[in-house]
Amino acid sequence: MFDSLADMVAQAEARRLPLHELVLEAETVNSGQSRLQLRTRMRERLEVMRRAAEQGIHRPVMSLSGISGGNAHRFWQWLADHEPLTGPILSRAVARAMAVNEVNAGMGCIVATPTAGSAGILPAVLLTLQEARGFDDEALVDALFTAAGIGAVIIRRASVSGAAGGCQAETGSAAAMAAGAATELLGGTPRQAAQAVAITLKNMLGLVCDPVAGLVEVPCVKRNAAGAAQCFIAVDLALAGVESVIPPDEVIDAMASIGRHMDERFKETAQGGLAATPTGRRLAQIVLTAGPFSASVGSRSTG
Amino acid sequence: MSTRPTVSVFDIIGPIMVGPSSSHTAGAVRLGLVARAILGAQPAEALIELHGSFAHTGRGHGTDKALVAGLLGMKPADERIRHSLELAATNGMRVRFAEADLGQDAHPNSVRLTLSAGQRTVQVEGASIGGGMIRITRIEGYDVLFTGEHDALIVVAEDRPGTIHTVTGLLLAHQINIAFSRVERRRRGGEAIMIFETDDPIPALIPESLTDFYWVRWARHVPKVTD
Repeated sequence: MFDSLADMVAQAEARRLPLHELVLEAETVNSGQSRLQLRTRMRERLEVMRRAAEQGIHRPVMSLSGISGGNAHRFWQWLADHEPLTGPILSRAVARAMAVNEVNAGMGCIVATPTAGSAGILPAVLLTLQEARGFDDEALVDALFTAAGIGAVIIRRASVSGAAGGCQAETGSAAAMAAGAATELLGGTPRQAAQAVAITLKNMLGLVCDPVAGLVEVPCVKRNAAGAAQCFIAVDLALAGVESVIPPDEVIDAMASIGRHMDERFKETAQGGLAATPTGRRLAQIVLTAGPFSASVGSRSTG
Repeated sequence: MSTRPTVSVFDIIGPIMVGPSSSHTAGAVRLGLVARAILGAQPAEALIELHGSFAHTGRGHGTDKALVAGLLGMKPADERIRHSLELAATNGMRVRFAEADLGQDAHPNSVRLTLSAGQRTVQVEGASIGGGMIRITRIEGYDVLFTGEHDALIVVAEDRPGTIHTVTGLLLAHQINIAFSRVERRRRGGEAIMIFETDDPIPALIPESLTDFYWVRWARHVPKVTD
């Protein structure tokens, strides 16, 4: 894959190719698999994303711990007869982002994009654009390759792990991948796609990973909603020709540096931020003291 | 050529998995799957000893269910994982959980699995190291290291001349390419463990025919656990 977004954009411009085409080409070389095989594997992932989003919207999904859940369904129901401030498109993306993350917290099947904790953003953005603008599945598969190429640059220069870089590295990276992919899907140039990545990431720098009880639900579910919103803001700005003063690769490097300097309490250890609030600690007590690890599962002989 | 590992698009858009956490859930399923393959059967009894973060946040993350799901042969995307404890009971698998200190060097997400079926018992230690990736670090007290990203042939045999030659000869006869190999022994002339990670699937015939050698204590094929 690529070392920088600058390199990706330069190659795309020189060869007059979309970003997804470059990524697909690079992957055929790396994997030895055909374009058809790779696209088929990606389409499988799109189907899992779609199922997860629908599951979480159409019925309340509670988390395994029981401390969160059901909000995507609640919001979706509310949207049926209310006019949300976020408008008809973003509001539905927000519902889907929360839906996928609630399904994740409820031990449902998801695609980690790039991680399980940030798995709601990319499906929410792409599936909502499909619904609103009528893109077919092949266009969404293209967008997933673009997103993967952007994610590969982020992994190379920074990190997508909350334990290494905080929430900015998880939901920030997911939103940035979605922003670049959506910009290209909506007809933006490779340069505009990279700018959307930069703008999204800039707005999520410094975000800490402070999960209550160490679980992937509070505040992760709502941070997926926020990631979808940041993505939409950046896509609109980029398509209008607005650019980030700090170039995309330098923004990614800044995220890496912030992640390195971030106190350990804010990197998935559940020792700081929301996890360390009185309520966060109380919930952790409840969840973690009722452990099953002293219990046994008895065998029932059924022949 | 870059020395950094090549990231696949499916590492970034993937894995397909049951939540909530790639390391606490997907990785835990894979640890269970590998341990089951090393036992070579569905365990009738399993003692699951959790270390560090696995012990402390494992319940909320479903690590207990994920490990048992792997022992039952489920993959990380199997939606029955959440019901695995009940399924274990109905399938006659007795499971006990405990906390254990596996030492300072152990990864925070480590587990020791002691499994038995019939006359056979194995002990496997491993860790979930992030993004669903795993490392198997100990088998029956031998220090080992493999990742489950390749098919593996594991052979425990008397430490005598020609053993490696026999095993690699069998692999060669089936045109199976060896990606990595490792041999560990406790003392000269005692017993040794051989692990061959291969690029191709290993036919059941190979571990079966190895078991016929009087100097082989056991041999197992451990299928790869990644997509």
